[in-house]
Amino acid sequence: MGKLVPLSGNYAVAYAAKAADVDVVAAYPITPQTAVVEKLAEFVANGELHAEFLHVESEHSALSAVVGASATGARVFTATSAQGLLLMYEIMHIASTMRLPIVMGIATRAISAPINIWCDHSDFMAAADTGWIMFMAVNAQEAHDLVIAAYRIAEDPDVHLPVAVGYDGFIVSHTIEPVNIIEKEEALRYAPKRVTWFTLNPEKPVTMGSLASPEWYYEFRVQLQKALESSAKVITTAFREFKQHFGREYREVDGFYTDDADVILVTMGSTTGTAISYAEEVRKAGLKVGVLNVRLFRPFPEREVLKHIEEAKVVAVIDRALNPGSSFVGPLYSDIAVTAFKKGLDIPITNYVTGLGGRAVLKSHLDTIVKHAYGLIGKRMRDIDTHYAFVGVRE
Amino acid sequence: MSTFTIASIPREELLAPGHRMCQGCGAAIVMRHLLKALGKNIIVAHATGCVEVTTTLYPETAWRVPWIHVAFENAAAVASGIEAALKSLKKKGVLSYEKRVKVVAIGGDGGTVDIGLQALSGMLERGHDVLYVLYDNEAYMNTGIQRSGATPLYAWTTTTPAGSVWRGEWRRKKDIIGIVKAHGVPYVATVNFAYVTDFYAKLRKATEIEGPTFIHAYSPCVPGWRYEPHLTVKIAKLAVQTGIWVNYEIEKGTFRVTTPVPKRLPVEEYLKVQGRFAHLTKEEVETIQKLVDEDVEYINKLAGATVIGPVEKK
Repeated sequence: MGKLVPLSGNYAVAYAAKAADVDVVAAYPITPQTAVVEKLAEFVANGELHAEFLHVESEHSALSAVVGASATGARVFTATSAQGLLLMYEIMHIASTMRLPIVMGIATRAISAPINIWCDHSDFMAAADTGWIMFMAVNAQEAHDLVIAAYRIAEDPDVHLPVAVGYDGFIVSHTIEPVNIIEKEEALRYAPKRVTWFTLNPEKPVTMGSLASPEWYYEFRVQLQKALESSAKVITTAFREFKQHFGREYREVDGFYTDDADVILVTMGSTTGTAISYAEEVRKAGLKVGVLNVRLFRPFPEREVLKHIEEAKVVAVIDRALNPGSSFVGPLYSDIAVTAFKKGLDIPITNYVTGLGGRAVLKSHLDTIVKHAYGLIGKRMRDIDTHYAFVGVRE
Repeated sequence: MSTFTIASIPREELLAPGHRMCQGCGAAIVMRHLLKALGKNIIVAHATGCVEVTTTLYPETAWRVPWIHVAFENAAAVASGIEAALKSLKKKGVLSYEKRVKVVAIGGDGGTVDIGLQALSGMLERGHDVLYVLYDNEAYMNTGIQRSGATPLYAWTTTTPAGSVWRGEWRRKKDIIGIVKAHGVPYVATVNFAYVTDFYAKLRKATEIEGPTFIHAYSPCVPGWRYEPHLTVKIAKLAVQTGIWVNYEIEKGTFRVTTPVPKRLPVEEYLKVQGRFAHLTKEEVETIQKLVDEDVEYINKLAGATVIGPVEKK
């Protein structure tokens, strides 16, 4: 087993990329991601990581460069946040449809305007529908583990998709926690490098990224959808193998006290920890509160989510992001609500948008949410006038 | 300089026929000879543009070398990544190509002097072993002839139309070579396929030199410049003969004109065969002539001799 060391989320992610023995790193500094690139630069500078390190002039070029490197058969890594991710947005779609197994860390941060460097999930959610497999870690250990699992998944011959691992800016990226580090030999035993995708090779020339007319474009996009759907199986396998190799168990979603819960709080990222602690407290006072942590966001694990929510009386979805003007307001809410609707689950499913721009998500906020949710027990969706609320905002 | 002769042009075609480039397309000539000059041991990263869309319509391709297109503004960044991957994988013993593989980025003028300038600057400054080829047809031809930073003075385009207020493009062409040169790269050159041996010699040199090299290729466009398809090479030749285009190279800071023009033709000879300049008045032609005269004076100063001569009186 690896050794336990105190690490920030950013360093945990950098250690994971090092353990995965990445061949090419291209990244551009942005708060709160910066420490990842600094640490990787240090690894390369000290000869601890044998990789080409590209000091690119933008995030757009960072992702473009790793697309080029991945297409040449290299194992690649990049990381970013917020505006950087938005600058990558164009290339994210291209990376996924070109089926390149790129791995990226996202230290989640609010997007401008106003400019704000603190945590929420606006960046992660804006990139959620770009054809990437998307994970959200709850702490530094998970961020470390999921980056290593990401290579196992991305490079699987049945997947060939890029993977993003989100972890909350500052709350996870800058908090130092004990992290069980996976060493290179162990990481490569679990996620060996195997280049089974098409590569740019003068001995076997291929054309990549060609123009597709209406006669062909559609098929490419459908293949992407199917690849994401079928990646679910590989993800499950990769998690099972991860447990065998490293002892830590991961699932697509985690239920805490969901079996008998009246109200289930659905959370992602660091809010999950707060929510579990809150649930434990209020259960002592007789409130049957459960928590569902969504670790895998794309492909959305509908079946796993349903297992946890189908017996609940109210599902309260907490979003740290906002889709202004949409019918669903919070992005996580839309997936949960549609999942429930598809199975005819007619219980109140409500949305609480909170913690934007780094505003702390406190237990008192969760208390407001749970109290509101309790008031809806016994109702059906059609009985509710407003499906969302802002919590912790100035009136 | 040309030790290269017509007879030494390789017979093998690495750009397959059947592509969809226009009849008389200058870029098609650039690509065909570029591939012949560079050979098979290359990997091409291509920016979005005319050549990209006309040579790779799925499920067909005209490229007999490994080729990738990602987006419009990032050919230089993609090429940087490819070069870094080759370097890394070679060091680790994963790749063992017998011959050196040169990475080649290709972009049009829009993809190079405008939207791709930042990525190009990054690539040059980081010193990647990449040859960047700009095929310059002086406007956004792929989207239908809109002006770019490389559009010359007074040229008609669909976004600089000649009307009662506007007289076509009113700004001068961006000095991309000056920008590239400022990065201190080992080799920069202009090429014109009407001078084919010069074209080959420079592309070979740009490939052999280690580090970032840059080729600015003159690339006439039949629909964009509004001329008959059979005139492409003639116009290319006129560009050099009038001094509008100068074939030169800058090798490790040393400037050298490779196609001397002892006596120049008036710019009018070049302008009058192209519909994009059809609206020009006598005064406007004179303005262009004056600016070209100044450019030539500057070139001669750099060369330290009169390599481009005066305009020959009719």
